[in-house]
Amino acid sequence: MSLDIATSIDSVTTADVAPAPAVGSRTPLAIVDCDIHPLPRRSSDLNPFLSARWRRHLETYGNGNRSPFFANTPYPRFTPALSRRDAWPPTGGLPGSDLEFMRSQHLDANHVELGMLQVLAPSGMAQRNVEFGAALCTAVNDWQVAAWAEPEPRLKASITVAQEDAHAAVAEIEARTGDPHFAQIAMAPRAFNPLGQRAYWPIYEAAVAAGLPIGVHAGGYSGAADTGSGHPSFYAEDHHSNAMSMQTLLSSMILEGVFERFPTLRIVLVEGGFAWAASLGWRLDQHWARFRDEVPHVPLPPSTYLKRNVWITTQPMEEPTMPRHLREVVEWMGWDRLLFSTDYPHWDYDEPAQCFGVGFDDAQRAMIFRDNALHLYGDLRPGRS
Amino acid sequence: MARHVVAPLAELPPGTRRQVTIEGRDIVVLNIGDELFALLDRCPHQGASLAGGMLCGFVESAVPGEYRMSHQGEVLRCPWHGWEFDVRTGRSWCDPRRIRVRSYDAHVESGQTLVEGPYVAETFPVAVEDAYVVVDL
Repeated sequence: MSLDIATSIDSVTTADVAPAPAVGSRTPLAIVDCDIHPLPRRSSDLNPFLSARWRRHLETYGNGNRSPFFANTPYPRFTPALSRRDAWPPTGGLPGSDLEFMRSQHLDANHVELGMLQVLAPSGMAQRNVEFGAALCTAVNDWQVAAWAEPEPRLKASITVAQEDAHAAVAEIEARTGDPHFAQIAMAPRAFNPLGQRAYWPIYEAAVAAGLPIGVHAGGYSGAADTGSGHPSFYAEDHHSNAMSMQTLLSSMILEGVFERFPTLRIVLVEGGFAWAASLGWRLDQHWARFRDEVPHVPLPPSTYLKRNVWITTQPMEEPTMPRHLREVVEWMGWDRLLFSTDYPHWDYDEPAQCFGVGFDDAQRAMIFRDNALHLYGDLRPGRS
Repeated sequence: MARHVVAPLAELPPGTRRQVTIEGRDIVVLNIGDELFALLDRCPHQGASLAGGMLCGFVESAVPGEYRMSHQGEVLRCPWHGWEFDVRTGRSWCDPRRIRVRSYDAHVESGQTLVEGPYVAETFPVAVEDAYVVVDL
């Protein structure tokens, strides 16, 4: 991810500010946020977790994702550091790099009882040098615990893995199994191949053995264009392609038979929207009915797996002009499938008190904002487990 | 409608802004090139404080290859999702008829006038010889 820091905001006078009253009249619901992005304060923060060899490698050769532009994202972002303009810590550093500020601006202010960390950068998941990638994943995982999950028990780490090297990924998962700081495994949807393919199956086997869901967060560096037909021209297109990448991996996992081979595998799609899920289910079911002799290893209608093995986070949620349309989509998926997420501190953050234009009853609200995540991950809230 | 003195003008020079709370409402007051503007400090989309947003302009284009800038420095962009509001009207750029942020009249008054008329300024004394930023609410 490119961290292009340009923050020339004109001066903001913040004197005499009374705290804003909580939005909405309800008692705020304590929530689980299934997508929070931490960043190191300095790149050297990872050094204690890298061996001398890999520290030297990083200093000499840098951090090279499988991307057209070395050490960069394929597209310039909408805002500096991809972030909310108000999320730059007053103490300096990048958004998401200051635990104290994250506590006050997000965890405390939004009543976050439990938050799932997703580290986008630095990332060892798609390094050109896979051995370095595995070492970087290990370092990122150690750092997540030391800098975030240990000092802040509301935050849970995700095990980043070098997903193109299943052997290394499995070793990393096994090394972390049983460590209560980790709630899930992290993978990226833009892998070198569609994620249902056999090369990735050892990772799924290890996830099932560890009893951990896999949180597949939008992004990744496949080395190919983000769409099925070349590079998009605009960030608006690139951003939308997150949803397409989720559909690609889901079709692949279902039709390759991943969920038949690993019926208890749990996949969480993070930050790819969700309103498309119904249409994907309908289309796949229709194709499956016609071509099922091509995929005899998929004995059930594809939507069955979608509703059994897959959870989807809410942000950046679709915002139809008629909010009831969103409700219809949720009803198709099932109220138990959606996990609330904010994407803090990124610019397309969803505000818990404001983001759904849909009316929920209290039970539905509690499911989406908290209980679905507690069922999926276990009740990992501090003092509860 | 009451006049609320929100700051001595000297404390809100051009290029600065201030968040104030008037009658329980969070309001952002901006000084843009010696003109004063006041908007409700709450984005109608998801409720972000607009005070942390940057000021920009509008880009318009009738045909590819030609464009023009307008409202330079008079468009407040929400720090979260980039919704843009004309500081003069509070109207959204993308959907001006349906979406707007409440705007208020903000102007400068002399201490002399304020001492004479009804006004609200609880937090600081008003001196006859100074100028003050006043928001009508």
